[in-house]
Amino acid sequence: MTRVQNHSTKQLPSWVLDINSAQALYLANMPPVIQVSGIRKTYGRTVAVDEASFDVNEGEIFGLIGPNGAGKTTTMECIEGLRKPDRGAIAVLGLDPFRQVYQLQNRIGVQLQQAQLQKRIKVWEAVDLWASLYGMKEIDGEHLLEQLGLSDKRSAWFMNLSGGQKQRLFIALALINDPEVVFLDELTTGLDPQSRRAIWGLVRGIRERGKTVFLTTHLMEEAERLCDRVAIIEHGRIIDIDSPESLVRRHCPERTAVLDTDDPTAAEHFQAIPGVEEVTRAGNRFTIRGRGDDLVTEVIHCLSENRIRVTDFRTVLPNLEDVFLKLTGRSIRE
Amino acid sequence: MLRGLWKLTWIEIKVFLREPLGAIGTIVVPVLVFLVLGRVVNLQAPTSPAVSNFARVGLPVLVSLLIAISAVLSLVTIISIYREGGILKRLRATPLRPQTILTAHVIVKLILTTATLILMFLAGKRYFPPGTHVPLFSFTIALLISTWSILSIGFLIASIVPTARFAQPIGAIILYPMIAVSGLFVPVESLPPVLHGVARLLPMTYAVSLLQGIWQGDGWPAHVGDVAALTVAFLLCTALSAKIFRWE
Repeated sequence: MTRVQNHSTKQLPSWVLDINSAQALYLANMPPVIQVSGIRKTYGRTVAVDEASFDVNEGEIFGLIGPNGAGKTTTMECIEGLRKPDRGAIAVLGLDPFRQVYQLQNRIGVQLQQAQLQKRIKVWEAVDLWASLYGMKEIDGEHLLEQLGLSDKRSAWFMNLSGGQKQRLFIALALINDPEVVFLDELTTGLDPQSRRAIWGLVRGIRERGKTVFLTTHLMEEAERLCDRVAIIEHGRIIDIDSPESLVRRHCPERTAVLDTDDPTAAEHFQAIPGVEEVTRAGNRFTIRGRGDDLVTEVIHCLSENRIRVTDFRTVLPNLEDVFLKLTGRSIRE
Repeated sequence: MLRGLWKLTWIEIKVFLREPLGAIGTIVVPVLVFLVLGRVVNLQAPTSPAVSNFARVGLPVLVSLLIAISAVLSLVTIISIYREGGILKRLRATPLRPQTILTAHVIVKLILTTATLILMFLAGKRYFPPGTHVPLFSFTIALLISTWSILSIGFLIASIVPTARFAQPIGAIILYPMIAVSGLFVPVESLPPVLHGVARLLPMTYAVSLLQGIWQGDGWPAHVGDVAALTVAFLLCTALSAKIFRWE
């Protein structure tokens, strides 16, 4: 987020201020594509979503990340109009997902977690059926199949497609009405790494067409590689929202350098490096932990100043996985 | 949205016919039952007036009901499989109205019922006693009204069965015994009082009365009561399943 600063008119020509305020005004008048405020959803005694609030801006890939059962799908399905939250307000493209669900469904594309189609429906029949369901606009289904690499499977039955092909078909169905917002729920769960990477490329392609993407995932790598911003959800509560890099910087300032050396004096030199909190040693391998962006520079400086000969050197940077562990006290894989 | 309804109906017909067991079970089996029973009954007909009467009216009505029930059981199974597989939910996330999705399935079943009935007529013609004049068109309409009414029971069953595995057996346990007390084998009036009361509450009884009457050449005015009862059953079951139907 860029904030308009209070510039003094004496230091800057007046038109600079004008442009800044015009831009601020423009941004203020552009409502977020999705606005969720204080939604709560319970099933019996289980609270699935608890006071979740966030905005999704136009043209971004926004990820809702958390472990299985954290409330990701429930939140998404409330936004899609498939479930009614017990309380709270949702607006998607300015529409109420529950009262204006048909208007909304014409303008969004949806891929549901673990959805199936009729076993013996052919790929082209599914695309053709879906195209006929949307009133206002439709795009060339054959072209879409080609873009998603499904042209040679157009006459195959759904049940005979591979996992990756099924997911690509579901992406095709989600894009059939040229939607403004695309919802993808656990898109790559159960896919092999190769298909997963191919799907990531397709999702970036959706954003490049100027569409907004809202996705859920429990894969931190997927969130890190795809999302412009993520919201971390656990036990139905949103814990933090930001870009993956900002989340890492904010919550995990730790830096780690790992190096191999047989220099007997190394240990005491490492202890003296500013910002170092811990040095551990296993044989010739040293692990130096500390905080701050300068740590790596300081370690390299120490190595060269003391002429310490190293045979291996690498740094370990924290990632979203570490952020998650830090914020929730447990690993997302548990 | 009509375009979506016809597309969905057409695709569901194609998908159904691609399933080998489904098509054989609902279309071929009832026709075979008719042919086999027709042969057996025909061989014995001259010796017994009761058998002869059954051959004339009972058998075609029984097989027609079997056609209707297998259509309903197939609907129950398909709906539960679609629910379990998330297909219903995926369709519901489109601008397609929920009632359109279910209407498509009803239309598919009515079309298949008609096709099977016609097949039965064509294949079994030689087992009809000589001189029988069958009001084919009226009888088809009567069977469609009956099927339509029983289909609503099917939706009710589909609303309560927990998983697709149980759909077919639970449906069969509920529907087949209805034939026993429907008046097809024993007149409703001669049933014990309790069963008599039960029979009066079941739509199958009115379906049998309607089908038997139309087969024997009755006019529609004689069966307004049956049609009304079937309609009431349809409305009740539909209203109830609209309340309890689960999409996922």
